[in-house]
Amino acid sequence: MNRFAALIDRLAYEPRRNGKIRLIADYFRHVPDPDRGFALAALTGALSFRNAKPGLIRQLIAERTDPVLFALSYDYVGDLSETVALMWPALPKPEEAGLPTPSPSLAAVVDTLTHMGRSEMHAVLAGLLDRLDETGRWALLKLITGSLRIGVSARLAKTAVAALGTLAPDDIELVWPGLSPPYAELFAWAEGRGERPETSDPTPFRPVMLAHPLEEADRDNLVPQEFRAEWKWDGIRIQAVRAHTVDGHPATRLYSRTGEDITGAFPDLADALAFEGAVDGELLILREGRVQSFNVLQQRLNRKVVSAKLIAEFPAHIRAYDLLVDGTEDVREEPFDARRARLEALIAAQPADGRLDLSPLVPFSTWEELTAARADPAGHGAGPDAEAVEGVMLKRADSPYVPGRPKGPWWKWKRDPHNVDAVLMYAQRGHGKRSSFYSDYTFGVWTGENAGEGELVPVGKAYFGFTDAELAEIDRFVRRHTVNRFGPVREVVHTATEGLVLEVAFEGLARSARHRSGVAMRFPRIARLRWDKPPGEADRLATLEALLRQEGEGAGEGAGEGAGEGAGEGAGEGAGEGAGDGDGGAAPPASRRAARRDRDAT
Amino acid sequence: MNSTERSTAPSTLRPEDLLRPTPRGLYSPAGDFFIDPTRPVPRALVTHGHSDHARAGHGAVLATRQTLDIMAIRYGEDFAGQTQAISYGETVEVSGVKVTFFPAGHILGSAQIRVEKDGCRIVASGDYKPGSDPTCTPFEPVACDVFISEATFGLPVFRHPDPMEETAKLTSSLALFPERTHIVGAYALGKAQRVIALLRAAGHDRPILLHGAMERLTAYYESQGIALGPVKPARDAQPSELPGAVVIAPPGSLAEVWSRRFADPVTAFASGWMRIRARARQHGVELPLVVSDHADWDDLQHAILATGCAELWVTHGQEDALVHWAGQAGLAARPLHLVGYGEEEAESGAAPATPPAAEDGAGGSPEGSLKGSAS
Repeated sequence: MNRFAALIDRLAYEPRRNGKIRLIADYFRHVPDPDRGFALAALTGALSFRNAKPGLIRQLIAERTDPVLFALSYDYVGDLSETVALMWPALPKPEEAGLPTPSPSLAAVVDTLTHMGRSEMHAVLAGLLDRLDETGRWALLKLITGSLRIGVSARLAKTAVAALGTLAPDDIELVWPGLSPPYAELFAWAEGRGERPETSDPTPFRPVMLAHPLEEADRDNLVPQEFRAEWKWDGIRIQAVRAHTVDGHPATRLYSRTGEDITGAFPDLADALAFEGAVDGELLILREGRVQSFNVLQQRLNRKVVSAKLIAEFPAHIRAYDLLVDGTEDVREEPFDARRARLEALIAAQPADGRLDLSPLVPFSTWEELTAARADPAGHGAGPDAEAVEGVMLKRADSPYVPGRPKGPWWKWKRDPHNVDAVLMYAQRGHGKRSSFYSDYTFGVWTGENAGEGELVPVGKAYFGFTDAELAEIDRFVRRHTVNRFGPVREVVHTATEGLVLEVAFEGLARSARHRSGVAMRFPRIARLRWDKPPGEADRLATLEALLRQEGEGAGEGAGEGAGEGAGEGAGEGAGEGAGDGDGGAAPPASRRAARRDRDAT
Repeated sequence: MNSTERSTAPSTLRPEDLLRPTPRGLYSPAGDFFIDPTRPVPRALVTHGHSDHARAGHGAVLATRQTLDIMAIRYGEDFAGQTQAISYGETVEVSGVKVTFFPAGHILGSAQIRVEKDGCRIVASGDYKPGSDPTCTPFEPVACDVFISEATFGLPVFRHPDPMEETAKLTSSLALFPERTHIVGAYALGKAQRVIALLRAAGHDRPILLHGAMERLTAYYESQGIALGPVKPARDAQPSELPGAVVIAPPGSLAEVWSRRFADPVTAFASGWMRIRARARQHGVELPLVVSDHADWDDLQHAILATGCAELWVTHGQEDALVHWAGQAGLAARPLHLVGYGEEEAESGAAPATPPAAEDGAGGSPEGSLKGSAS
């Protein structure tokens, strides 16, 4: 446990990617199985303990500290594990009762946390915390809360495994879904002592390929003829896998882009599929052949009970754009064009009214033509489904399907976001890396006939989009212009003449009963700070309402709930330490955040 | 004890008439002076030389000799219309208010200020720390009716470790990476010199390289009899001297071009904030050293209780938590919500150290003067 604690403590302070890889690989080299395997599991987020949950940690600390002081400390530190590790009262030095108890091994700790019953866990965890020093307590609590937040992604940890020998990180990715802790066979393979681990699962998840956002400068260096374009659908990335088990029965599994098995949430879809292979595509809701907006899809997501009514009202559908396995043949090494031809053949063999169809290619020969298509999908082949198009995807014709987010082969080119000038109204302290900075901003627009008239009503909340320097500036503004305090939230001055105008970019609007303004923004982020602009010149609510009408009011009542607030996590690799991964009350439910992350996956 | 004895004496003066918070800082209506004002005022009492407490442009300044010297080094000789030096334990009368300075143990020359009139005694402690520090006179508790305390580290997550243990982290890193320069971020006034003194106590005897921002202040510490061993400007160091050398620099310079001259440096940061991992990571610090010149959570409680005060006023920092604790400890307590403290000080790390010359108050008019008669 001590070595693991020391490792993640050093990782937390190591800013350089290569430095992190070296530290992890060094740990793997010097720590034997199974301890190193459980460390890998912790770094990749593969550990979860049924009877040891954050709630228990809160209970333990509540029994030992003043609740007000704990709340203030937690608000300040922004991390439950660290707060508790720092506040945990030190035991008086024990009388010399024989030999000092050695620190338990990581494997022993994991075993205890995994197998101890609920009733015993309370005392066992307290005993462990009493025996460990501050770093050890922090590491133990990190294991339990499950989010290490030390700037190490699962990909980085796998890269460190690869660094033990001559494997490439992608080699690890490909076998990873079939493995489980403590990964002894993986280490043996990586160190050249064993065979490549084989999965016995007939329908495994295969890591998805992701795209980089396309910037103007990138596009200038790309040759149109080398790329294929598709619509970027505003749904959820899905991988559908069908195969025959050893006893000959067909099996179907549906995975989210992170490899979460979501088959149970879409029994209608799983039953309707008939192909054999692994299809990559977008999960959408179709009604009478038309793709519905993301707001509609969201009403089907994250329901505990999947009722017949829900299935009938929100029929799930896959719009396919790639093929990873054709029959039983893994085709990921083939170029995009070849996979595309296979996919078209596979779809053509499906019943026409089925739940699986093909995402069409968008023909173009110059960037101008594609720009025009992106600006007007309805007039360029998307027809009535244009509302569910949020941009175009660009894929190199010769690109193999590789896991992760390689830069170059795939690009996402979203439609231009909407912008609005809003006034900062409330600020809340952030979590994780942003703890102690006021980094969550609620902003509003004017209700009056003209800008600066009426009152400001909140229309959204954003906690990213700004640079570190801008964060420091806003933080200073907040501290110096506080007019009211509500626990961790500060109200800042916001009148027509005094206050801070934020240029907010967002992807769309929905009606919301939860916001007093009646609207909620999708994916809002701070585009610019407008120190130059008096708050009285910020935008009016009427502007947003007009936009809402223009957007077609596709959403049902209540669909926009919380839609404006969950966006922080889209960036994937390396972004795990961003603002969006706080475990505080301000964050939206994890399930909704996960949905949003999946949605933004392509 | 002492305070109850005093409070039974007839006191016609309410504490608020003796000292009260204003937008410009603590103001004494009875004595017509400010303590650590954040804007130029006619008459200022200054607790210590950090830029958020000691600003230029006041009409008259009363402070310890060392604080006045430090202000002159940072702002120039003409930083105020008039100056008057006061020693620890000495009492001066300002417009009928008795003013006495006591050591605060924060940095060289730092003081707590007791103001007293008609049996009402208030101690404005500025920034302070109990405990040992070879670079300044130790803090001593001062009996009073109202104690005014900072709360920079006023949360139970802040318990500063033994500074020698933290220094050992630095010396063992030097042993582990003898080829790498170790850049230690430290506030130019106080922390830098304390880190040097700690390194000397740990047996580190190589010349220590200084960023330009701390050369004069470090020389001043030496002139005041604080032995810091061999130091030299970093810009004069030969390339052959850099491996394994310790460089002390303002925290703001760690991420700047300045630090790029050192190949593959280890970046350390000496500050109480380093207790919080996210803080260290915000600065890209690889070697956090929890060394603070402020009282930690336990220190604050002991220091406050040792004054025997009945009432606690909390200035800057984590005032909510300290006020909550004080209430439970049976003290009347309230936050003053003073603004402008703790933000300029580079130890907070949020912004690079503001060069004192850039302060807009530097050209303020020195129209006021010490009207009170010194006794």
